[in-house]
Amino acid sequence: MAELNIRERQAGDVIVLDMDGRITIGEGSVALRSAVRRLLEEGKKKILMNLAGVGYIDSSGIGELVSSYTAVSKGGGQLKLLSLTKKLQDLLTITKLLTVFDVYDKESDALSSFT
Amino acid sequence: MTETIRLALPSRIEAVAEAAGAVANMVRRLGFREEAAFEIDVALREAVINAILHGNKREEIKTVEVAFKSLPDALQIEVHDQGQGFDPNSVADPTRPENIMKTSGRGIFLIRALMDEVEWFMRPGGGSTVRMVKRL
Repeated sequence: MAELNIRERQAGDVIVLDMDGRITIGEGSVALRSAVRRLLEEGKKKILMNLAGVGYIDSSGIGELVSSYTAVSKGGGQLKLLSLTKKLQDLLTITKLLTVFDVYDKESDALSSFT
Repeated sequence: MTETIRLALPSRIEAVAEAAGAVANMVRRLGFREEAAFEIDVALREAVINAILHGNKREEIKTVEVAFKSLPDALQIEVHDQGQGFDPNSVADPTRPENIMKTSGRGIFLIRALMDEVEWFMRPGGGSTVRMVKRL
């Protein structure tokens, strides 16, 4: 089984990435990077990452989230996070990235926040 | 009674999971709560990743030695690589505004934030060691 499974669905003009697994150095980080790059190449610039199924992230995975955020922002898009597990929330709090990312608990709130 | 587990792992990313799996039972036996167990897991994984990438430069022939030691009120972990060591004080604070959007450089910070005691030192016989302690 892949370290990180990413399923893609469309909600209006927002692409929701339902992620399941671990975002760690190697396979998980690469899968995330590939998914975001592909969306940007396809001109899809409103991205919501649903992280409810992600139970673990390491410093490489955190770096990949930052990289994705920067890439989407530079491309004129928006990247937001949905449903962080407590472990992810704790790590993003420690690294002070919770103040950088736009994070939501409810998908409907997240979707309506895109402009 | 103290208990020590020692591992000698190849410098491959797969070794990270092996190290984490080896300490998980000891962490449970010592009675760490789930949150502390997670913090130990994260710090250990970051230390082993650093040893593989920065210490041993991914040269598989070089080993990463890991030792878990149960103390009366704590767990001590040592991760040893065959690298030249580094000055931990030279590592930039990734939470500062000028660094917050950097895509790397959070491993050492996480280790320090999640463990109760952390020190880096060079071994007389060569190589660099990080010693970390988590108290119960």
